[in-house]
Amino acid sequence: MTDAIERHTISLLVDNEPGVLARVVGLFSGRGYNIDSLTVAEVESGAALSRINLVTSGPSMIVEQIKAQLDRLVPVHTVSDLTEEGPHVERELALIKVIASGEPRVESLRIADIFRAHVVDSENDSFVFEMTGKPAKVNAFIRLMEPLGLAEVSRTGVVALLRGKTSI
Amino acid sequence: MLSPWPEGFGIRLPAALKACADVGIKRFGDSNVAVETDNNTERINGSEMIIRCLAELGVDVIFGYPGGAVLPIYDAIFKQNKIRHILVRHEQGALHAAEGYARSTGRVGVVLVTSGPGATNSVTGLADALMDSIPLVCLTGQVPTHMIGNDAFQEADTIGITRPCTKHNYLVKTVEDLPRIIHEAFYIASAGRPGPVVVDLPKDVVMADGDYQEGAYAVVTAHRSYRPQTAPDEAAVDAAMDLIINAERPIFYSGGGIINSGPAASEALTRFVRGTGYPITNTLMGLGGYPASDPQFLGMLGMHGTYEANMAMAECDVMIALGARFDDRITGRLADFSKGSKKIQVDIDPSSINKNVPVDIAIIGDVGKTLESMLAKWPKQAGGKSGKSGNSGALEEWWRRIEAWRARDCLHFKQQGDIIKPQYALQRLYELTKDRDVYFTTEVGQHQMWAAQFLKFEEPNRWMTSGGLGTMGYGFPAAMGVQVAHPDALVIDVAGEASLMMNIQELSTMMQHRLPVKTFILNNEYMGMVRQWQELFHGGRYSESYMDSLPDFVKLAEAFGANGLRVNKPEEVDDAIRAMIETPGPFIADIRIDKTENVYPMIPGGAAHYEMKLGPDHGELEEKVEDGMVLV
Repeated sequence: MTDAIERHTISLLVDNEPGVLARVVGLFSGRGYNIDSLTVAEVESGAALSRINLVTSGPSMIVEQIKAQLDRLVPVHTVSDLTEEGPHVERELALIKVIASGEPRVESLRIADIFRAHVVDSENDSFVFEMTGKPAKVNAFIRLMEPLGLAEVSRTGVVALLRGKTSI
Repeated sequence: MLSPWPEGFGIRLPAALKACADVGIKRFGDSNVAVETDNNTERINGSEMIIRCLAELGVDVIFGYPGGAVLPIYDAIFKQNKIRHILVRHEQGALHAAEGYARSTGRVGVVLVTSGPGATNSVTGLADALMDSIPLVCLTGQVPTHMIGNDAFQEADTIGITRPCTKHNYLVKTVEDLPRIIHEAFYIASAGRPGPVVVDLPKDVVMADGDYQEGAYAVVTAHRSYRPQTAPDEAAVDAAMDLIINAERPIFYSGGGIINSGPAASEALTRFVRGTGYPITNTLMGLGGYPASDPQFLGMLGMHGTYEANMAMAECDVMIALGARFDDRITGRLADFSKGSKKIQVDIDPSSINKNVPVDIAIIGDVGKTLESMLAKWPKQAGGKSGKSGNSGALEEWWRRIEAWRARDCLHFKQQGDIIKPQYALQRLYELTKDRDVYFTTEVGQHQMWAAQFLKFEEPNRWMTSGGLGTMGYGFPAAMGVQVAHPDALVIDVAGEASLMMNIQELSTMMQHRLPVKTFILNNEYMGMVRQWQELFHGGRYSESYMDSLPDFVKLAEAFGANGLRVNKPEEVDDAIRAMIETPGPFIADIRIDKTENVYPMIPGGAAHYEMKLGPDHGELEEKVEDGMVLV
């Protein structure tokens, strides 16, 4: 038993019904757990199920407790701790607005190219970049934009899937 | 069956029934209430569907209070005679009554309240049932769907408000969903770890007509997402048995899960514990799970549990937790809780495992089924105090240590002089009722702890108390619910005068529905447990814990049409108890006790569970500490 803080990415399959997100979020706020990031969208054609991806952090005993508490919620079908279950892909989409002209503007475009970010909106003195990647990559890009005129950031939070043929 | 009350004690026929008979209204007991179509499908309105579903589910009583949003449902109640309705005086009373009904029968308790204040008044009872794992279905009225969100009259966001204090809740949006949801609500309330379920019913939904097919909605096997594991993992049971068989200083620690699992679990527990010859202690919620008169029973454990139970928990080498959740009232200071033991925990709720105390072997499943499996794996030649196992020497030595702790006689008190000691009053209450078909409920506070210490329970479902939430005002309405379920039994609420004041209005319900609940007040004019903590941890500053201007409880009983009696002297206690039992109808016995008596033994807040304080009669507790102040 260790008190070291661990970061876990957890995916849930839940009934796609009103209030299910409130149940999940209420559980975290009511019991004092952390939510570092949260995404939710329906994932079945019949719109019966939604997938919630959440990133949480805490000592291992708390993370186990979080999973048990989530599994106890009636509309939750599956709780899968991707961090424990094996290799998985995590991606996040970010929109980043940079207001700059002259050399900083050109520099932001060069860096965007390195990070494979796309320009989705442009005016004479502003760009909106779109990029996807691991949270660390998004963080790095944002950090590089800061001195170049970073104005605004909008991020989706993490979506994740197990690698290979395994599904949750 | 009616109790032998004196004449003139209210209506004998349920009023609705009588009115039905008078005006010739058809009831569900009668035929052709609804038009039948081809494939057994009937066209009825939502309110009638609710009553039909409840009847199909075997519900025989609803505790409720009408209001605008539920008028159509009350109309459907009026037109039938299968389900009895108990009209409470405050919605909180309905919830606790349903809890008492559920806890004493093992069935789901059912409540019907209106929207807005009806629903918000239910919240305490829902939270109480959630903490103590009591199966309830609470039907709440709601404003019509098109008005939801418009701040309509008597609108409240019931789903939002009750989400954290229910096991699950539903807002029914169309009449087509209604019967399925009612059946599902009962399944969720009772499956796995039981709990309260709210079904919020907009008025237009319960008034709308829809198709209803008798018997088509039962949740038979697999719910789409909620399927708690009930059969234990046999490999885990094997590993647990290995520890249990080879234990040198074992202890069984069983809780409310044994009661929830049903009488068969208590029976299996009793056989297993006797087979092993090991000691056992019960939590507050688990009392009655193992016969209290058995010599292997060490009494309740925890903050006001016995010295021997807590010491045995602290010093054991193998702890077998059965349907118990390592509550802070049990563990004391967590870091020092039974540090040297291997722990086995059996629980149907995986979130109860490793929550407070890490365990070595976790078994997820129904505790009754698990005990059956353990019994089957217990070697016939092993165990017993007679010493047939390889550890007989160690076990005998373990019992010698336990008997030494027991010899401290931690519950010892002296009844002397003219003032009634609460312990004495309860001892007499136990002696004069033990041979009867008796059920006890309690309020919350000192009297509750003394009751847990001095009443003895030989079987489950006889003891109803608010353990987790600690709800003052629980016991009086809970006793009402117990009495509804067991009309011929003796049902006694052991009360404090402060708690009783919180739901005293239900005496009116008891009169109307002929529920002869007996109330045994241990009256010290204080919120006794608050006063005790102020004495011990707040320098004797008795801030707002004394109640001036308490009512004359005898006259209060009489004002409701009931009877009461006040006693001040120890020699009057027996007669008061006899009068309470023998007088027909509800009765309030106001026992004036020692105002300054404290509950001992005690694990002070923040102390380890082996640092118990025995009472002043043991020559302890000179120092008053303020360390425990921060803890509740």
